[in-house]
Amino acid sequence: MLAKITSCVVVGVEGFPVQVEVDVGGGIPRFDIVGLPDAAVKESRERVCAALRNSGGFVPNRHVTVNLAPADLRKEGVSFDLPIALGIMACIGHTTPDALANYMIVGELSLDGVVSPIRGALSMALAAVKAGCTGVILPAGNSAEAGVVERLRVIPVTSLYEALEFLNGSKHIPEAPHTQWGPLREGVEFADDFADVKGQEYAKRALEVAAAGGHNILMVGPPGSGKTMLSRRLPSIMPPLELDEAIEITRIHSSAGLLPPGVPLIAARPFRAPHHTTSYAGLIGGGKVPRPGEVSLAHQGVLFLDELPEFGREVLEVLRQPLEDGQVTISRAVMSLTYPSRFMLVAAMNPCPCGYLGDTAKSCICTPLQVQKYRARISGPLLDRIDLHIQVPRLRQEEMGLIQSGEPSSQIRSRVLAARKLQARRFEGRSVSCNAAMGSKELKDFCAVDEDTRELLFKAITQFGLSARAYSRTLKLARTIADLAGEEDILRPHVAEAVQYRVLDRTAW
Amino acid sequence: MRKNELGRRGEELAREFLVQSGYSILAVNYRSRHREIDIIAEEGGDLVFVEVKTRTGNDFGTGLEAITASKRAHIIRAAAEYIHEQQAAMRTCRFDAVEVNLDEDGGLIDIDLVQGAFTA
Repeated sequence: MLAKITSCVVVGVEGFPVQVEVDVGGGIPRFDIVGLPDAAVKESRERVCAALRNSGGFVPNRHVTVNLAPADLRKEGVSFDLPIALGIMACIGHTTPDALANYMIVGELSLDGVVSPIRGALSMALAAVKAGCTGVILPAGNSAEAGVVERLRVIPVTSLYEALEFLNGSKHIPEAPHTQWGPLREGVEFADDFADVKGQEYAKRALEVAAAGGHNILMVGPPGSGKTMLSRRLPSIMPPLELDEAIEITRIHSSAGLLPPGVPLIAARPFRAPHHTTSYAGLIGGGKVPRPGEVSLAHQGVLFLDELPEFGREVLEVLRQPLEDGQVTISRAVMSLTYPSRFMLVAAMNPCPCGYLGDTAKSCICTPLQVQKYRARISGPLLDRIDLHIQVPRLRQEEMGLIQSGEPSSQIRSRVLAARKLQARRFEGRSVSCNAAMGSKELKDFCAVDEDTRELLFKAITQFGLSARAYSRTLKLARTIADLAGEEDILRPHVAEAVQYRVLDRTAW
Repeated sequence: MRKNELGRRGEELAREFLVQSGYSILAVNYRSRHREIDIIAEEGGDLVFVEVKTRTGNDFGTGLEAITASKRAHIIRAAAEYIHEQQAAMRTCRFDAVEVNLDEDGGLIDIDLVQGAFTA
């Protein structure tokens, strides 16, 4: 007796359909799983046997062979438990192979036959549609996530027995409702608001510019000046997510097993703040079968690196590729995987090891050599990819006493949105999505300046000793500032402001 | 009671017990190149290979514990040869174990039958 079931394996963030073929033949009783299974899949044998016994079924005293096709694709994870168990049930006549046809079936089994949630359900549901399945049978805990996918019946099951009853038609399981994007998107609430931040108008403006143009930003300031507080509020002024972006983010988080239970889609931009002891594999991803790292978990959101110089040098250097390409390819002996990593880098650091260089209240105790060494930990190439560098000074006493609160995030966000709309229209039909991503061609097409403004720019270059690359960065920033002002052309004041955000080009670094 | 005598008595008792339980015995002490299978029988449509373990005390572990992985492998190989000999490849099979507990003088204490004790 032979049964075939469509199941799925997630490699990276992509789901690949897998045929689970179960054959029950004569001879000496044994249970084999073939088709490049990893340890978790091999162990599935024990879970399936116990789950079958405890669900009123049995493992036949026969030679049971399970083949996972295509045989050359490496299978990992626990999602084959349910299809294997149902395949055996079909082979011994508890259900018909026809009943199993049109469904993709995934799920982990516990020993008592309960179906537990799995990772990567969204990617699997998307793969089910591609594979031509009309429905997917999956753990009830994953149904909201899979409900995002259109033109697919999502059948949530809680136990092996229930799945069997459903396939036999003896129990009706209502389809999981389709997840609506609109209410989810409207329902996003931010715990932190810029209204809570007193003073620091200069830094707030810089963050607004960064959010408007998708620029990376580095904040330099003494301890307690509010760098972290400001960064945490950045997602609240970034444009809301589009559905396709949310799906992309959710797929990454789901395949990493980080999707909170019951959450169908990640509707808010991620904010990731890895500790500075993070290894490079933790940051860009790694492992025998590479898992996504912080840069991918921050995809479409903010990657916040506090105490930037404290990160290992090697760790910071690996950021260069994902920053440049918006994706990261991790090659290991077993396989090579590419994860998306289009994030905004927000970094914070102290100006010197003691933290008080240039502070108004406390004097610095570092030697010039110490300061130099501290700053040298951040390489030029990395710094080059950060468009804005600003100083965040200690809050003055009179600012601290301010009673009125700052501008709420919602207001800042509406300006950011307007600027982003201008950019979207400008870059229509190009691969570029925001000002920060402009290449030399876009720079030429969209960042023309008149004689007067150019003169100012050149003056700044000679006076501050800006490099050619710093020149184009400044121009991109000026473009964003002009967009925020709603101006078609880049004017003198825009360039003048942009030059201000290149602190580290100006001071001896 | 000597060791092989003890084993023989255990197997006798086990055989009686199996017959009473509805097994029809096909072969006893089947020998192949590798090892002996104590009893080959038929029950419930299955071809059953039975391993008998006789004990006079559990000082060295129970009888069932004494069927180690390597012993199982031997039994499975012998079973494969029997199936080949009898051209019974499409039969459903099973491995059962019988534990016979005797007292010092060879008196029966109890018999324990485990159906489907192991698989290949």
